Amino acid sequence: MSTTDKASTEASNPSEDTPDSAVADPAAAADSAEAAAGAQLSTAPEEESGGPVGIGVVGWVRWFWRQLTSMRVALILLFLLSLGSIPGSLIPQTQVDAMKVAEWKRNNEFWVPVAEKLQLFDVYSSVWFSAIYLLLFISLIGCIVPRSWQFVGQLTGRPPGAPRRLDRMPAYTTWRTGTAPDEVLAHARKLLGGRRFRTEAGSSSVAAEKGYLREAGNLVFHVALIVMLVAFAWGQLFKSEGGKLVLRGKGFSNTLTQYDDFKSGSFFSPDDLPPFSFTLDRFDASFERSGPQKGTAREFKAYVTFSKGADGAPEKREIQVNKPLEVDGAKVYLLGHGYAPVVSVTDPAGKVIFRDAVPMLPFDNNLSSSGAVKVTDGYRDKDGKQEQLGFNAMFVPTFAGEGKGTMLSQFPEPDFPVLALSAYHGSLGVDSGLPQNVYQLNTSKMQEFKDENGQLFKKRLLPGETMELPGGAGVVKFEGIERWATFSVTRQPGSGLALAGAVAAIGGLAASLFIQRRRVWVRAVRGEDGTTVVEMAGLGRSESAKVPDELGQLAAALHDQAPTAPDRPVKETVEGERG
Amino acid sequence: MTPLAAEVNENLAQISNYLIYSSMAVYTLAFLAHIAEWTFGSRSKVARTAAALTATADDAAAAPAVQVRSKGGTAVLDKPKVVTRSAPGTRDVPDGPGAAGGTAEGDLYGRIAVSLTVLGFLIEAAGVVARALSVQRAPWGNMYEFSITFSTVAVGAYLVLLALKKNVRWLGLILVTTVLLDLGIATTWLYTDSDQLVPALHSYWLWIHVSTAIFCGAVFYLGAAGAVLYLLRDSYESKLASGGTPSKIATSILERFPSAASLDKFSYRINAAVFPLWTFTIIAGAIWAGDAWGRYWGWDPKEVWSFVTWVAYASYLHARATAGWKGRKAAYLALFAFACWIWNYYGVNILLSGKHSYAGV
Ligand code: HEM
Repeated sequence: MSTTDKASTEASNPSEDTPDSAVADPAAAADSAEAAAGAQLSTAPEEESGGPVGIGVVGWVRWFWRQLTSMRVALILLFLLSLGSIPGSLIPQTQVDAMKVAEWKRNNEFWVPVAEKLQLFDVYSSVWFSAIYLLLFISLIGCIVPRSWQFVGQLTGRPPGAPRRLDRMPAYTTWRTGTAPDEVLAHARKLLGGRRFRTEAGSSSVAAEKGYLREAGNLVFHVALIVMLVAFAWGQLFKSEGGKLVLRGKGFSNTLTQYDDFKSGSFFSPDDLPPFSFTLDRFDASFERSGPQKGTAREFKAYVTFSKGADGAPEKREIQVNKPLEVDGAKVYLLGHGYAPVVSVTDPAGKVIFRDAVPMLPFDNNLSSSGAVKVTDGYRDKDGKQEQLGFNAMFVPTFAGEGKGTMLSQFPEPDFPVLALSAYHGSLGVDSGLPQNVYQLNTSKMQEFKDENGQLFKKRLLPGETMELPGGAGVVKFEGIERWATFSVTRQPGSGLALAGAVAAIGGLAASLFIQRRRVWVRAVRGEDGTTVVEMAGLGRSESAKVPDELGQLAAALHDQAPTAPDRPVKETVEGERG
Repeated sequence: MTPLAAEVNENLAQISNYLIYSSMAVYTLAFLAHIAEWTFGSRSKVARTAAALTATADDAAAAPAVQVRSKGGTAVLDKPKVVTRSAPGTRDVPDGPGAAGGTAEGDLYGRIAVSLTVLGFLIEAAGVVARALSVQRAPWGNMYEFSITFSTVAVGAYLVLLALKKNVRWLGLILVTTVLLDLGIATTWLYTDSDQLVPALHSYWLWIHVSTAIFCGAVFYLGAAGAVLYLLRDSYESKLASGGTPSKIATSILERFPSAASLDKFSYRINAAVFPLWTFTIIAGAIWAGDAWGRYWGWDPKEVWSFVTWVAYASYLHARATAGWKGRKAAYLALFAFACWIWNYYGVNILLSGKHSYAGV
C-alpha cells in the first residue's frame, strides 16, 4: 500500500508547471498528468492481474491474499452468497420448520441422500454457506484495514497540484481578465475555502478537493457490516428461547423448570434468565364473522398481572401479537392460543377424583383441536382396583351440527362447542420415566371401554353434559371451557449492537452513494497581451453531471471578482456537442 | 363497527374499484397516444448516432477546440462556459431526440400521452386512497393492494423526474404498458375484497416497512427498465461503431433513445439512490419481525429473498467499481437483482409458504 502512495506523489510532482521541453512526448505526459490528478480520489483496491510474483510459498500466500482482498473476488463472493442463500428458501429448513422437512423427505425420497450430503436442510449453517460468508468477511477485513490506513493518509495529505493541461479534465473553462494573477488566485482560494474545499496553493495555481465524507461513509459502511456480523454471532451464542402454555387464571415464573420447551446458545447460563412472573387474567380473541375472510383472526390480546423480580409489586399489563412485554433484556411474546375444556371425572363411589382444564392443540384455522385427558391418580374401579383412565379428546368450538358429516370446527369462537371423548382404562405409561406427549394418549397398555355393540366407547358432549362410562365405571362431565395462550420468552443479547451497526451502515451507505469526491483546480497566468488567463477544471471520482455544474457556479463566482477583460479579443471555447 | 359505517366503507371500497378501472381506461388512452408519438416520430430521418460514431477518431480524441473570436465593441462574457469531456474510452454519442423524433405531430401526441398519464396517476392515486379509507388502515394488506400502490408509485416517480426536467420521456410507453399489465393482473387474479388485517399486521411498522418496500420496488423498476434499454442501445451503438448496419426497425427505434452512456448512468443513479432505502426496508422488517415473531431473522423465504435481492444490488454496486465489470456485465447484475425483487413479490407470496403468508390470494 505504501508503494502506491509513493508512486502517486511522485507522479503528481512533475505536473506542477513542468517546462514542456523536459518531456519527450507531450501527449503521454498529459495522460500521466491526468492520471496523477485523479490519483487517491478513492481507496478502492487496485485490480491486479497475472500470477504470483516471486517464488515459493510466501509468493503464493501473498498472491492468494491479494486475490482474496481484491474487488473482483469480493464481487464474486457476494454473488455466490446471494446464489447460495436461494436453496434455503425452496427446500424446507430444519431450523425453521422440522415438520416440513420430514414431509419433504417423505415426498422426495429419491433426492434425500443428495440433499443431505449437500446439507440442503440446514443451508444457513452448512459448511459451504459458512465458507462463502467467512471468506467474504475475511476479504472484507483484509480490504478494510489497508483502506482505512490509506484514507487516513489522504486526510492528512494535500490535494495534488494542477495537471499541466487543465483542458484535458472532464470539466474545463477559461477566460481572460484584467485582474492580476495573484489576486485571482487569492480570490479563488477564498472562494473554494468558503465552500469547504480543502485548498493547496501552487506557484501559479490553486488545487482544491472536497467530499472526503464519501470515503469515510464507505469505510463506515463496511466496518458496520463487520459489527453486525459480530453482534449476530454474539446473540447466537448467548441467546435463550423458551415456550410456555398458560391457562387462564394460571401463572408462570421465569425459571428453567417452568418451561414446556427451551433452547439456548452454547454460552447461555440459567442465571441469565431475568426473574419475573405473571398470571394470565384474561385472553381476548376476535375473528372476522362474515365475508370471504370469515374466520381470519382480527385481534389477540392477553391481559396479565405481572410482577418483576422475585417479589415485585404486581401490575396489570397487556401482551399483543406485535407488542411483547419487555423485562430486563428479555421479551415475552404472545404466540398462540386455544381452548381447554374443563373435564371432571367421578369414580364409581361417587367421589370427584379429577377436575381440570385440559389444553387441546389446535390443528386448523378454525381451532379444531385434539388432545388427551389423563387421570393418573385416585381412580379405583367398581371392584376397588387402582387403575388409570385415559380419554382421546377432540374439541371443536363451533360444531357443524349433527349429521353434517364433519367433526371439524366451522368457526374459531365457541359458538357451538362440542367435546368428543373416547374412553380407555389401564396404564397410561406415565410412570415409566420416559417423557410423554401430554396431547397424546399412549394406548399400548390400555384397554378400550366398550359400548353395547362391542365398539370403542365414545360420545359427543355439550357443555354441562355428562357421559356414563359403561358398566358403572364412573361419570365424565364436560363442565365448561377455559382458554389458554402460549408465550415465548426470548433473550438475545447483542441486538442493540446489531441495530447500531445497521443504522451506521445506512448512514455510511448514504454518505458513500450521495456524496461526490471531487477536485477543482484554478490556474491564473499572465498572457502575452498583459491580461490574465484564468483556467478552471474539475474532476470527479466518477463521471457526474454535478462536477461541471459546480464548476460553472464556481467559475461564475470567481468571474464576479475577476470579470472578463473588456475591449479585447475574447477567447471563448465552443461548447461541445454534449450538453 | 356500526352498520352505517360499514355501509359507507363498502361504498368507498366500491368507489376505489371504479377509480382503479377508470385509471386503467385513461392509461390505455395514454398508451395509444404514446404509440402515435412513436409512429409519427419514425418519419424523422435523424441519424445522429451513426454520424457521431463514424466521425474521425481524431476529432473525438482531440482537446476541445478553442476558437478565438473577436467581438466588436464592448463584448463582455456574462458567464464563463464550461466544456465537458467524457472519460477516455467511452463513446461520445449524443442522446437521441426522443420518441417524437423531433416531429411536431409526434411531440403533440407525446404531450397528450404525458397529460393522460398525469390524469391516470391522479385517478389511480385516488383509488388507493379510497381503498385505504374504506378499511381505515394502510392500504397494504394483500397483493391486490400492493399492486395498485406499486404502479401508482412507479408512475409518480416517473412524473416527478419529468417535472424535474430530467430526460425520461423515453420511459413513457414502456411504463404505461407495464402499469396496465400490473393493474390487469391485480384486478383479475389478485383481487381481494377490502377487509381488516390479521393481527400480525397490526403495527405501525406496516406503514414504515411495507411503504418503503413498495417504493423501492417501484423505483427499482425504473432502474431495471433503464438497464434493459441500455443493453439494447449499447448493442446498437457497438454495431454501428464496428461498421455494421443494424436493421431498419432497430435503427428507427433505438436511434430515438438516449445514448447508452446516458441510459447506463440513469439506471445506476436510480439503483444507487434506492439501495440505502432498500437496506432500511430490510432492517425495519427485521425489527418488526423481532416484535411480531420473537426473532429478528429466521430465514423465512421472504427474508431470504430480500437478502438475495440486497446482496445482488450490492454486487451490482461493486461491479460498477471493478474494472472489467462495468457496462454490460453490471447491467446484467442489475437485472438479476430486479428479477430477485419481482420473484420475492410474486413467486414467494404465491408459491412458497412462510410466515409472510398474507397474500390474500
Ligand atoms: C459483506 C460484504 C460486502 C458488502 C455487503 C459490500 C457492500 C458494498 C456496497 C453496497 C457498496 C456500495 C456503496 C458505495 O459505492 O460506496 C460497496 C462499495 C465498495 N466496496 Fe463493498 N461490500 C462488501 C465487501 C467488500 C470487500 C471485501 C471489499 C474489498 C475488496 C469491498 C470494497 C468496496 C469498495 C472499494 C467500494 C467503493 C466502490 C466505489 O468507490 O464506488 N467491499 N460495498
